[in-house]
Amino acid sequence: MKKLIPLFVLLLGALYLGSKAMPERATSKFDLAAFGELPVLLNGRLKPLDTVARSSLMQFQGRQRVSDPADSEPRVNSPTEWLVNVFFISSKADSYPIFRIDSPDLLSLLGISEEDAKVRYASPAKQFMAVLGFLPSTRSRFSYEKIAPKISELERQAKLANPIESAVRTPFQNAVVQLYGSLVQYQQLKHTLAPPTTDDFLAELLRFQKLLPTGIAAVRAKQAGQSHDTEAAQAMIELGQRYLFMSEVTSILAIPPVNGSADDNAWSTTGQSLLGAFQSGSVDSSVLAYAGLGYAWRQNQPEQFNKLVALYRSQIQKRFELQLRKTHAEVRFNGAEPFYVSMTLYVFAFLFAIVSWLKWPEVLGRSAFYLILLAWLATSAGIVTRMWLEGRPPVTNLYSSALFIGWGSVGLCLVLEAIYKNAIGSVAAGLTGFATLLIAHHLSLTGDTLEMMRAVLDSNFWLATHVVIVTIGYSATFLAGFLAIIYILRGGFTRSLDKTSAESLVRMVYGIICFATLFSFVGTVLGGIWADQSWGRFWGWDPKENGALIIVLWNALILHARWGGLIKARGLMALAVFGNIVTSWSWFGTNMLGVGLHSYGFTDSAFMALIVFVVSQIALIALAVRPLAQWRSFQSS
Amino acid sequence: MSDLIRQFRDFFVSLKLTVVLIALSILLIFAATLDQVNLGIWAVQQKYFHSLFVMWRIGDIPVPIFPGGYLIGGFLLINLIAAQVYRFKLTARKSGIWLTHIGLILLLIGELLTGLWQEEFALRLDEGETKNFSESYRSNELAITETTDPKFDDVVAIPEKFIARGDPIQQAKLPFRVVPKIYYPNAALAARDANTPGAATTPATTGIGLQATATLLPLTYKQNERNAPAAYIELAGPEGPIGTWLVSADPRFPAQSFEYAGRMWKIAFRFERSYKPYSLTLLKFSHDRYAGTEIPKNFSSRIRLNSPDGRDDREVLIYMNNPLRYAGLTFYQAGFENDDKTTILQVVRNPSWQLPYIACALMTLGLIIQFCIHLVAFIARRRPAPKAVA
Repeated sequence: MKKLIPLFVLLLGALYLGSKAMPERATSKFDLAAFGELPVLLNGRLKPLDTVARSSLMQFQGRQRVSDPADSEPRVNSPTEWLVNVFFISSKADSYPIFRIDSPDLLSLLGISEEDAKVRYASPAKQFMAVLGFLPSTRSRFSYEKIAPKISELERQAKLANPIESAVRTPFQNAVVQLYGSLVQYQQLKHTLAPPTTDDFLAELLRFQKLLPTGIAAVRAKQAGQSHDTEAAQAMIELGQRYLFMSEVTSILAIPPVNGSADDNAWSTTGQSLLGAFQSGSVDSSVLAYAGLGYAWRQNQPEQFNKLVALYRSQIQKRFELQLRKTHAEVRFNGAEPFYVSMTLYVFAFLFAIVSWLKWPEVLGRSAFYLILLAWLATSAGIVTRMWLEGRPPVTNLYSSALFIGWGSVGLCLVLEAIYKNAIGSVAAGLTGFATLLIAHHLSLTGDTLEMMRAVLDSNFWLATHVVIVTIGYSATFLAGFLAIIYILRGGFTRSLDKTSAESLVRMVYGIICFATLFSFVGTVLGGIWADQSWGRFWGWDPKENGALIIVLWNALILHARWGGLIKARGLMALAVFGNIVTSWSWFGTNMLGVGLHSYGFTDSAFMALIVFVVSQIALIALAVRPLAQWRSFQSS
Repeated sequence: MSDLIRQFRDFFVSLKLTVVLIALSILLIFAATLDQVNLGIWAVQQKYFHSLFVMWRIGDIPVPIFPGGYLIGGFLLINLIAAQVYRFKLTARKSGIWLTHIGLILLLIGELLTGLWQEEFALRLDEGETKNFSESYRSNELAITETTDPKFDDVVAIPEKFIARGDPIQQAKLPFRVVPKIYYPNAALAARDANTPGAATTPATTGIGLQATATLLPLTYKQNERNAPAAYIELAGPEGPIGTWLVSADPRFPAQSFEYAGRMWKIAFRFERSYKPYSLTLLKFSHDRYAGTEIPKNFSSRIRLNSPDGRDDREVLIYMNNPLRYAGLTFYQAGFENDDKTTILQVVRNPSWQLPYIACALMTLGLIIQFCIHLVAFIARRRPAPKAVA
């Protein structure tokens, strides 16, 4: 019976994973899933509307759900449903609370009083929970309607704050710049498929289509100075200005090239496509299809809507077969949320593994191992999907480096756990897996994480070798540090760290540091070769290069100190924990300097987080070097 | 062996020294990385790595406060070699460590040679332009060119440091002496209207200096800026001064022509040039962006390479991660300006470029061998001893 429990846990975890991987059940008569798969070109990448919806919401408000604390139900059932409203019923979309504002100064600038921000719950139970702090008592997300009256003032503030470097902006200025950026993007979304000011864009387009031949003739005649239909010419000019405005507001290229060209540059915005109609004499069918979808959505005609989606899809299917297969997979990937699911599994595995040190080591230890394995497989699948979507090796930006560091470190833990079977590997895996995914989540708040590669980094060969190997080096150095933390905390504060466990921990840390030295060295060297190949110098003392070198040197220092007998077990642990500081410096700190060839992805709040992390690690080192008499384990009874 | 020598040897052989040296180099690299924000990458290399001591200026006196790259590297080299000689026997078990350490010795030597020999220049080309020289990133020179013969120019280039020194310079090719009057290591130029009353006085007596003045600016260390020195230069013939010119290394400041002793001359302060026995012509610079964005997708320069001996006359494409290697130099795509009409190539000479490759190959191999030896031993230890056959 006892043997079955871990298998049961494994089954539960697998069911949880499977339930997320299944396509979501349709909650509406409208086929929004199919709509969400339609491709648009944004930030240089062809992506499904579903991704546009999700990454926009993440950027605006740090989450994908659209709801107010006082609501009992979310305002929309999916990010795509939110996006459809932004596209087609902007008055409704404007009322959704999707702009996160935390800065009190910014709130008062926008004229939002404390009274406005206060949440009034209807049910007494919820009121009570709010008093206890389990539910928010003030709201931090506000609708466009709330912000709109003060938008010109916000624009003025943004213009003042913009020229200031992000590193020296005040929190207020940062909040202003961020909110203003979100509003600009919101406007882009609203102008993607139709002008937000019309009630019936389809009718307008049909009228435009009919008017085109006479209108163009009239404008030509006017230009030639001949007699012409003034009314038709005037109407043409007005529409031209209207579509010109549309094409200037948004950079979202939603209209595929008519001739089926594979060139991304041939995609156009709706506005550009409509301006093109003045030349071609007819409105593009894709523009009409989207206008028709808008009409069906506004008129609440699901059959019409679904028919049109299917029709439009089949129309572009032949020309963009591979792309559509990718957008389909990407929507499934978005819905499955493999990284979020893994985070949950890591937490459970961590708890099981910790408890296994106190009770039922066999059952809980094995369960934890299975859960870690499941979570690791899920992240692997997620990373592979991202690689396929992007056509790139796994690490291309800061976000994917966080995913990959976690993946590498958990992979090593699985090996350790398979060898030692003492749950230490599982605890470390739960910890590092969860922490790196949490970091990745915070890095994803800046928008779509599948970014295009800047020219200087555009080399799949070097991304696949240098970047991957050096990132595994980071993972291993972090892992050694986290194993050391387990040693310090478990040995210092519990009696559970017996001699065998302690010895195996020492061996694990030592082995992982050897591994880390090898990989960080080889990775750094490959970076040098890349630099020599492309820049004509092997080593340039660039901050990121120096960061990687410091990791290699630090690992070498630990090994030499160990070989020279300068450190014993506790010294090894203290130095390994310091390795965490060294690695986090190289990973994030060097980017914060804002100099050098590798300075991509500066994040503000990351600076504070880095400081806190460094301080915590120093505290752990202080714990490690306490005299042995103060450790709870290792006391001879 | 006397006690003193033994102690001396033990000090250099010891692992303690290794650990201390590694710790010192980590601190050095960390401080140098931080200081890049203030000094820029080049000055940092000079101050921290290509030096025996890191100097701190207290008042005007430089005080050594930390061992520099050459000192730490040197000690590390001695420590390594000494350990190799006295501590390690050449056995199969230690072969990985041997390879790693020999590789490291080569790497340190290579870095020293790179520090001594590597040179970097910039080559700026407008579309259609042909050049047979590249320009230094930091050094400048005063060029006095005789242009009397339209077929060729005769250039006398005086390095900036002589101008800075201020002593009169006499050169056999020049019929006059060059007397630097005022020198600004970095200067701003301003227009000057001599007709307005109260206009700033200028030491210049001829040329652009009558319409423009230079004022001293603090030195810049930023990576994307360079210092533009300016000077007032007097030329004096045997019969007395010919005139005083304002010259500036600012690229917008043109060369100034004058006539002396029946010959035509040009005077200019410019980026120091390194002439080549071949020329490069920019045919086309391309800057591709991802659709609908400003994110650069690729930069590339189509270049025609021509050598006067006729051996090379071909087109090359220089783009990201794909430099041109020619005649001991590497030309890589470093930047662009002027609305995508001008390409900037970086030109690097590094004669010891193979050393790091050899060194790193040895070290990688050594580490892999050592790691595998440890791994095999670890697995062998964990495998339970086979049961004795009854």
